[in-house]
Amino acid sequence: MATQQSRSAARLMIAPAVFVLLVWMLIPLCMTLYFSFADYRPLRGVFEAWVGFKNYESFLSSSSFLKAVGTTLWMVAGILSITIIGGILFALLLDQPMFGQGIVRILVIAPFFVMPTVSALVWKNMFFNVDNGLFSYLYQFLGLQPYDFLSQSPLFSIIVIVAWQWLPFATLILLTAVQSLSSEQLEAAEMDGAPALKRFWYIILPHLSRAITVVILIQTIFLLSIFAEIFVTTNGAFGTRTLTYLVYQRVLESQNIGLGSAGGIIAVILANIIAIFLMRIVGKNLDK
Amino acid sequence: MARAITPRKKLMWTVLAWGLGLLIFFPILWTFLTSFKSEATAISDPPVWFFFDWTTENYQAVLERSNYPLALSNSIAIAVGSTLLGIVIAVPAAWAMAFVPGDRTKDVLLWMLSTKMLPAVGVLYPLVLLAKWLGLMDSRLLLIVILMLINLPIIVWMLYTYFREIPGEILEAARMDGASLKDEILYVLTPMAVPGIASTILLNIILAWNEAFWTILLTTVDAAPLTKFIASFSAPEGLFYAKLSAASIMAIAPILIMGWFSQKQLVRGLTFGAVK
Amino acid sequence: MTLKSALLAASALVGVAATGALAETTITVATVNNGDMIRMQGLMDDFNAKHPDITVEWVTLEENVLRQNVTTDISTGGGAYDILTIGTYEVPIWGANGWLVSLDEGMSDDWNADDLLPAIAGGLTIDDKLYAAPFYGESSMVMYRTDLMEAAGMEMPKAPTWEFIREAAAAMTDRDAGINGICARGKAGWGENMAFLTAMSNSFGAKWFDEDWNAQFDSEAWANTLDFYLGMMEESGPNGAANNGFNENLTLFQQGKCGMWIDATVAASFVTGDDSTVADKVGFALAPDNGLGKRGNWLWAWSLAIPASSDNQDAAKTFISWATSQGYAELVASKEGWANVPPGTRTSLYENEKYLEAAPFAQMTLDSILAADPQNPTVDPVPYTGVQFVAIPEFSGIATQVGQQFSAALAGQQTAEEALANAQELTTEEMEAAGY
Repeated sequence: MATQQSRSAARLMIAPAVFVLLVWMLIPLCMTLYFSFADYRPLRGVFEAWVGFKNYESFLSSSSFLKAVGTTLWMVAGILSITIIGGILFALLLDQPMFGQGIVRILVIAPFFVMPTVSALVWKNMFFNVDNGLFSYLYQFLGLQPYDFLSQSPLFSIIVIVAWQWLPFATLILLTAVQSLSSEQLEAAEMDGAPALKRFWYIILPHLSRAITVVILIQTIFLLSIFAEIFVTTNGAFGTRTLTYLVYQRVLESQNIGLGSAGGIIAVILANIIAIFLMRIVGKNLDK
Repeated sequence: MARAITPRKKLMWTVLAWGLGLLIFFPILWTFLTSFKSEATAISDPPVWFFFDWTTENYQAVLERSNYPLALSNSIAIAVGSTLLGIVIAVPAAWAMAFVPGDRTKDVLLWMLSTKMLPAVGVLYPLVLLAKWLGLMDSRLLLIVILMLINLPIIVWMLYTYFREIPGEILEAARMDGASLKDEILYVLTPMAVPGIASTILLNIILAWNEAFWTILLTTVDAAPLTKFIASFSAPEGLFYAKLSAASIMAIAPILIMGWFSQKQLVRGLTFGAVK
Repeated sequence: MTLKSALLAASALVGVAATGALAETTITVATVNNGDMIRMQGLMDDFNAKHPDITVEWVTLEENVLRQNVTTDISTGGGAYDILTIGTYEVPIWGANGWLVSLDEGMSDDWNADDLLPAIAGGLTIDDKLYAAPFYGESSMVMYRTDLMEAAGMEMPKAPTWEFIREAAAAMTDRDAGINGICARGKAGWGENMAFLTAMSNSFGAKWFDEDWNAQFDSEAWANTLDFYLGMMEESGPNGAANNGFNENLTLFQQGKCGMWIDATVAASFVTGDDSTVADKVGFALAPDNGLGKRGNWLWAWSLAIPASSDNQDAAKTFISWATSQGYAELVASKEGWANVPPGTRTSLYENEKYLEAAPFAQMTLDSILAADPQNPTVDPVPYTGVQFVAIPEFSGIATQVGQQFSAALAGQQTAEEALANAQELTTEEMEAAGY
């Protein structure tokens, strides 16, 4: 049905978006690429435009690099599993008949509106703080020794904070998917006497698979660049230094722009590998 | 819903859902309560819940110490501006991709999404140098453009998946009736596309409002939004929980209220093609 | 629609403000959200009355965010700020790079440079040129609870040893009552735990680098320092010590949860101030030593400097003259009492009877500042200056990572030996990369 004419019209309509994104991608990326081959340390007044792959070598060979990659993957995986499992449960729950459903939904989606800095500050000071945090009072109330979350389980603490922010997003998307499930199908299964768990496993979960892939894709894109939550809570200490944070330390704390830029390029490459991998799956799933 | 619902079951679900909902909401509620306590009450042991001397002194202190109206207006300008600009660019693109799909449409779409993988810190220096060279540091325009670019892939993706759900037969039917392209867009497609566009706008306002890397590093005073406003209350000397809470509530309240009022619209289009 | 009209109204408002300000000079001041700076913002009426032609815009940020912003700005050529609030670490480095304006000329007549404490002014001077004006200066000292000390049956000497501190801490600790004998910094950061530990290591005879710039974390002196610190904190420190920086410890002390606290002298006015539940039970002593000739105290001054890129250097100098003058001290005294005057910058303040009377910590602050020697910080000679830091550009990056190692050791995630070995490795690596 698409004529030659409408094809070219379509191209014209896509052009602005492609153009601005191309510029956006190319200009900073090219500059970063340029810096990544330079010895650029402004605090020393050093700028040597070409040092070969020296920055890449030192970034990759530093012991912190692999650890940071591992931390990043753990963090993303942890957040994804909490938000998806929690999201499915909340979606199923919110689909049940109840009084004041609208209000409950408002309560559940509220964390999504809180800016990352604020939620990290609130969690860090008012919940995790070992002397004045609410969790400590709870522990004491239960007769336990207060637990220092941020230094004893730092990665977990950050995962909790970020998962809290993203749970609403997963819940909303999954809820729409749950609601689109035809009730006849479910009822038929119920009539057949299929137990709830079986119904979930064979009917509901397959129906949600598409929504789950979408949640994974969109969230991963955002989660790979988590910054504020780490900056506010641990500053990268106690093994919470992700790749993004490592690059940040190189660029801003050590003021070694060359090394940091090399790290940035490496991060882009790794992120794109993950992205391609993810998009293959999603792309397939979306074509269905 | 033909399933039989016993009142007891309904009550049970209600209690469970409210309990869990309040648990999720609790950190915000607690921040709200703390913002009305005195600094000493805020850290009292054991914690106090509702029965304390409610005071607005923290809000007064925050207002006195910083330019909240300016930060608020900057946040609004940046969030709304970048979203609308993004919509203007994204609607035609998503439209074309959805209704005139080519061989490479999916690739283009995925490539767009991959530009979001660029870690912000990696390109910090290039962008700062660029912004200085253009004389755009600390301007809303710069942040509007940058946040638009950061979120554009999401906008295109969301609109694309939404538009794709609009059945093509309707278009054909309209064409049969002799509708021109203009009529087609104005009277047939637009009414169907509005919910998707609305929810895209809402989601992106939220994302832009909460962006806390570029908005802090590319601004000083004139364009500094609420994300930067918060940074002056985050860890001062002395007791600060109550004032931090007040500042936090002031920073999140506008977007939270907007979100609550528009949640129906937000939810309607927020599927990213997840539902078929 | 409502959003749009709000937007229009807002931009109209800003437009009006901008035209109104055209006739004057506007200077932008980046500062840290510490109590003394916030107090200064509350006293701007006085400045505005004296200099109606200068409008001051404040960018008040938490310390980490401030550093992020200011460093990015200055290392890309500056331009965003007219006055920066920076410390003793940054001033010599930035000054040497030609990024700061010398304050030897153009300050107002009554701004008396000779009155500045020599130890403080020395840290802000390169090649005999002053590059920043100290707003407040600090060293570190011991703050302790006189009542708990008495209950423990001990008496704090004016100049305690580390052994005494450790014993006293153990004696004061009563965890059931929520009292920790010693509070000290544990939060990772070059300006947090590393400030404390570097200063402490000086008194243990340790150093960062030998005269050939080789990292020294494999030395016995560092092992002693860290063992002692970890041991003492485990016996008598608070539960979440590895996350406690200046501010967390201040809160603990004000709540009466610390027996002793070794930290910045500037904390003295907070622990004896209105927010403190133990205000009338606080005593002060010099930072401890080990009899090796160096005490574990540091030297720091939050200072105001003008970037060379500023277009409004004269107005900026006018403002700095006002903010760091004796007159400003009097202004604070008249509005908020002498005890709240920014301490540690001027000799005249410590000769002022009214100040000495109102601030019981004044003499101890002065003695602590005078006891620090940035030119010869360690027992053995070293190639660097700086008491709790090493005045090279690479230090902040390295020390933050070392601080994370030590903080992890304090949290029990690794042993002292592991922390020191990692510190040694990463410092050597970074120093080699920096070309030493």
